[in-house]
Amino acid sequence: MTELEAVIGLEIHVQLATKTKMFCGCELSFGDEPNTHTCPICLAHPGVLPVPNEQAIRYALQIGAALECEIAPRSIFHRKQYFYPDSPKAYQISQYDIPICGAGRLGQVRIHRAHLEEDAAKTIHVGDSGRIHGSAASLVDFNRGGTPLVEIVTEPDLRDAAEAAEWARLLRETVRQLGVSDVNMEEGSLRVDANVSVRPAGSQELGTKTELKNMNSFRFLQRGIEAELERQRELVGAGGTVEQETLHFDPASGHLTSLRSKEEAHDYRYFPEPDLVPIVPGEEMLREAREALPELPAARIERYVSELGLADDVAATLAADPETAAYFEQVDTDAAEVEPKVVANWVTGELTAALREAGAEGGAAESKVTPAALAELVTLVARKTISHGSGKTVLAALVAEGGDAEAIVEREGLAMEGDGDELAAIVAQAIAADPAAAEQIRAGNGKAIGAIVGAVMRETKGRADGGEVNRLIREQLG
Amino acid sequence: MAGVLDLSVAEAAARIAATELSAAEYFAAWHEAALGDELNAYLFQVDHPAAQQAIDGPLGGIPVAVKDIFTTAGSPTTAGSRILEGYQPPYTATAVRRLDAAGARVLGKTNMDEFAMGSSNENSAYGPVLNPWDRGRVPGGSSGGSAAAVAGGLAPCALGTDTGGSIRQPASLCGIVGLKPTYGAISRYGMIAFASSLDQCGPLTRDVTDAALLLAALEGRDSCDSTSVGIEGGIVAPSREDLSGLRFGVPRELARDAVDAGVREVFEATLKRIEGLGGEITEVGLPNAEHGISAYYVIAPAEASSNLARYDGVRYGMRAGGDGDLLEMYETTRSQGFGDEVKRRIMLGTYALSSGYYDAYYGQAQKVRTRIAEDFRAAFAEVDFVVTPTSPSVAFGLGEKTDDPLAMYLNDFFTVPMSLAGIPAISLPAGLAAPEGGGPQLPVGFQIAAPAFAEQKLLEASFALEQAVGFAASAPVPYLMGNGEVGAGD
Repeated sequence: MTELEAVIGLEIHVQLATKTKMFCGCELSFGDEPNTHTCPICLAHPGVLPVPNEQAIRYALQIGAALECEIAPRSIFHRKQYFYPDSPKAYQISQYDIPICGAGRLGQVRIHRAHLEEDAAKTIHVGDSGRIHGSAASLVDFNRGGTPLVEIVTEPDLRDAAEAAEWARLLRETVRQLGVSDVNMEEGSLRVDANVSVRPAGSQELGTKTELKNMNSFRFLQRGIEAELERQRELVGAGGTVEQETLHFDPASGHLTSLRSKEEAHDYRYFPEPDLVPIVPGEEMLREAREALPELPAARIERYVSELGLADDVAATLAADPETAAYFEQVDTDAAEVEPKVVANWVTGELTAALREAGAEGGAAESKVTPAALAELVTLVARKTISHGSGKTVLAALVAEGGDAEAIVEREGLAMEGDGDELAAIVAQAIAADPAAAEQIRAGNGKAIGAIVGAVMRETKGRADGGEVNRLIREQLG
Repeated sequence: MAGVLDLSVAEAAARIAATELSAAEYFAAWHEAALGDELNAYLFQVDHPAAQQAIDGPLGGIPVAVKDIFTTAGSPTTAGSRILEGYQPPYTATAVRRLDAAGARVLGKTNMDEFAMGSSNENSAYGPVLNPWDRGRVPGGSSGGSAAAVAGGLAPCALGTDTGGSIRQPASLCGIVGLKPTYGAISRYGMIAFASSLDQCGPLTRDVTDAALLLAALEGRDSCDSTSVGIEGGIVAPSREDLSGLRFGVPRELARDAVDAGVREVFEATLKRIEGLGGEITEVGLPNAEHGISAYYVIAPAEASSNLARYDGVRYGMRAGGDGDLLEMYETTRSQGFGDEVKRRIMLGTYALSSGYYDAYYGQAQKVRTRIAEDFRAAFAEVDFVVTPTSPSVAFGLGEKTDDPLAMYLNDFFTVPMSLAGIPAISLPAGLAAPEGGGPQLPVGFQIAAPAFAEQKLLEASFALEQAVGFAASAPVPYLMGNGEVGAGD
C-alpha cells in the first residue's frame, strides 16, 4: 500500500483596515449596534453605484508587493451572483479572470493570486440550530457588508496540517506588519479556508479536493486539516473515492459536516462589472506600495550581514521569523556596548537552547525573557561581571521565571570572584599545584592549558571568566 | 396663461431671469396643466408648486418632468414596476440634483415601461401612456410618459433615459426632440439601472436649444459614478444656420431594411433639406450594425438580470410570501412584483450568463458590440454624422405589438447601434406621415448620430436643420388636443 501524500492549498480572506467600506463612504466597524453603518449604496437601494476605495486598492498593492506578486497593469471587477440576504445586490463585486495581484510567493509557498472584493453582511439565525434551516427568524446586520477584502489563494504547495498552520501564521505576520489589516481571526478580519486532497506519494497529479471553511484559529485550522486528511486517507485506503464538497469543521466535536456537494455548487454567472472602470495602477502608485513595505525577511538578512556583521546562517535564522527578528533588534539596541554578533549568538544559540531545555513552546518573543533582561544579561557577561557559564545559569532562571538578570545574579551570588589580582593569585596557585602541565604549556602544548583552567574554575565555582583565566595563565607562564 | 406655456424653456428662463415673468406663476401654470393629464403620462405630481419668485441659475424657475426611473428623495419612485410600489428613495439622483442646482424644479414623475424595458410604454405596471397625437396609439418607450408630457403640453421639458432608444424613439413618435448623450456624459447615479453599460440619461424637449440648455446643466463628472466623465468644454446654446462643409452618411446596411413608406418619404425629404443647407449626403458602411438588435438583446437582458436581482423583498419595496421560507418569499415577491416583459428579459439574461453559455451568448454579443463601435469609428473618419430614420414607423396602435416581442424589439433597429457604440444621437421631428393602413398624419423622427462627446457639434447641426424643417411651426400644437383649458396657439 503506497503512502498517501497530503496536498493542501489555502484561501485567506483578509479584511482591510481602511477607514471606509470598499464601495461607499460608510465607516468600518466591529461590534457596533447592528445596521448603524449603512447607506443607500451598501444596502443596494435602486439606482446606486459603487465607487472603489482608493486606499483599499493601495493596500491590495502592498499585499501584492509583500507576496512578490505580479501586479496586473489593468485589472477588472466582476459580479459574482447569488441570492442570499447577506448579499443585498444579490451579487458580490469581486475579481475573476484578471485579479489585481497575480503569481507570487511567500516563503516556500507559491501564491496563485490575490484579489480585491467586498465582504458580505452578517446573518444571524434565531433558533437552536444556528443555521437558516429550522431557525425561527433570520436577522441581517449590514454593518460588515461592503468591508474591503483581499482574498489570497495559494498554490497547493503545503504537505501537512502543521506546515499549513505555520505558513498561515507567517502570512498573518506579514500582513500584520504591513499595517493593512487587524488580522484577528476571532473577529473574522482574517479567515482561512483550506483545500485538502491526498494522492499516492510521488504522484504529480492532484486528487479530488474538499474545501474546509472558516476555521477561526490556527489551531482549529491544523486540527480541521488533520481530521479531513485522516478521513480522506481512510476513505481512499478502503478503496473509496473522495467527493468534491465543502465542509464545516466543528472544533468542539472534531466533526466535519458537509455544507454542500459539487452538485449543489453555485453557478455564480460571473460577468464584468459594468459600473466600474478597470484598475490601472500608475507607476507612482506602484512605487508608493513598494516603499510602504516594511522590511521583509530577505532584505533583513542582507542588512544583518552587511551592517551588523552577522554570519549568513545566523542572519537567516533571525530574519525568518519577524517576531524573533524584532526581538533580536530590541536586545541589540538595549545592549549597546555589546557586539551585534555576540547578541545574535545569544538569541539563536543560548536562548534557543535554554527554551528547548525548558520545553517552552514558541520562540524568544513569546518567552518570559524580555529583550531588556537578555540585554542586561549579555552586557553583564561582556563586562565580565559574570562568566559566560554563569550567564547560562541566569538565562535558565529567566526562561523559567522571567524577571531581570541583575537580580538573579545577586540572588545566586554569581558575580565574578573579586578583582583581577585575586583571580591572578588563584591562577598562580593552580600553576604551582600542577607543574607538569605548566611545563607542557611552556613547551608549546596548548591543550595542556585545560587542566589549569579546570582547576581555576573548580576553585572559583565557575564564576571566573574563561577568557580571562586563559590570558592570566599565558601571562604568568610567558 | 396659454402664452407662457407656449414659451420654450430658453425663452421662459430668459424672461424669468429678466424678472419679466414670475417663476412662481410660471410653475403654477405648468402645475395646473400637468394636473390635466389625460394621457397617464404622470405617475406622481408634486403637491404644491415649489418654485419661489427668484431662483438663480440657467434653468431658474423651470419645471421639469422627470422619468420615474430617477430617485427623488421623499417622493415615490417606482420605475414603472409593482415591485417598487410605495418605495420612497432616501436619496436623489445626481441628474435631478444638477437640474435643481441649475434652478429647475421637479413637476412630477413620468410613467414608463417597467424598468425601462419596452418600446411602447405598454409595459408599465401603472397602465399605458397615450400618444397625445392620437390616443389610440402608443407614445413609444420606454420614456413614453416624458415624451407624451412634453408633446402633450403637460411639461415644458422632461428627463428620460435611453438604453437602446428609449429617449429617441418616443421623441420620434411624439414629435419632439430627444437627445441621448455619449455614455459617460451624465452621471447615472440614482438612475435605476436597467443595463448599466448602455443606460444614459438625456433631455426630451420641444426644440434643440432647450435640449442644449438641459444638457449643459446635466453633463459633468460625478464622484458617485466611476463611469462618468462629462463633456469637455461644456455645452452652449447652438446657433449654426447652415450645414456647409458637413458630411452626412446614410448607412447602406440600415437603409436597405424595411421602413414604412411615409417614414422613408420624410427621411428622403430631410436629406434634401440637408443638401439645401449646404451639407453633403453620402453613403457609409456600417457592416455590423444590422446585428445590433441581436447583440443588444443579449447584453441588455444579461445586465438587467443582474441589476434586478436586488428586488428580493428583503430590504424595501414589495414583499410577498413572507410567511414561508426564504426561497418562497423570493419567488413569490418576484413573481408578483415583476411584469411579463421584465421576467422574460431576466430569464433571457440569466440564461446568457450561465456557465457553459457565457461565451456563446454574452461573449459573442460583446464582440459584435466592439465591431459596431469600430464600424462607427471608421465611418466617422469619412463623415461628420451618421443619419437614419429614428423609428421604422410612426406611432403604432395600442396593443398592436404586445403579443409579438420580436416585432416590438425591431422598433429599436435604428437606435440600438448607437447605444452599443456609446455615441451621442438625437431624434428631431422632421415631418409628418400617415401610418401604414391610413389615418391622420403622425410625427416622423430623423436621427443624427455623432462621434463620442461631439454633442456640441451635433446640437449645432441639429439646430440648423431644425430651423429649415420648421416642424414646430407647421405641426398642429398637440397639447391643444388633450387639454381644453389651454387656449389656441397664437
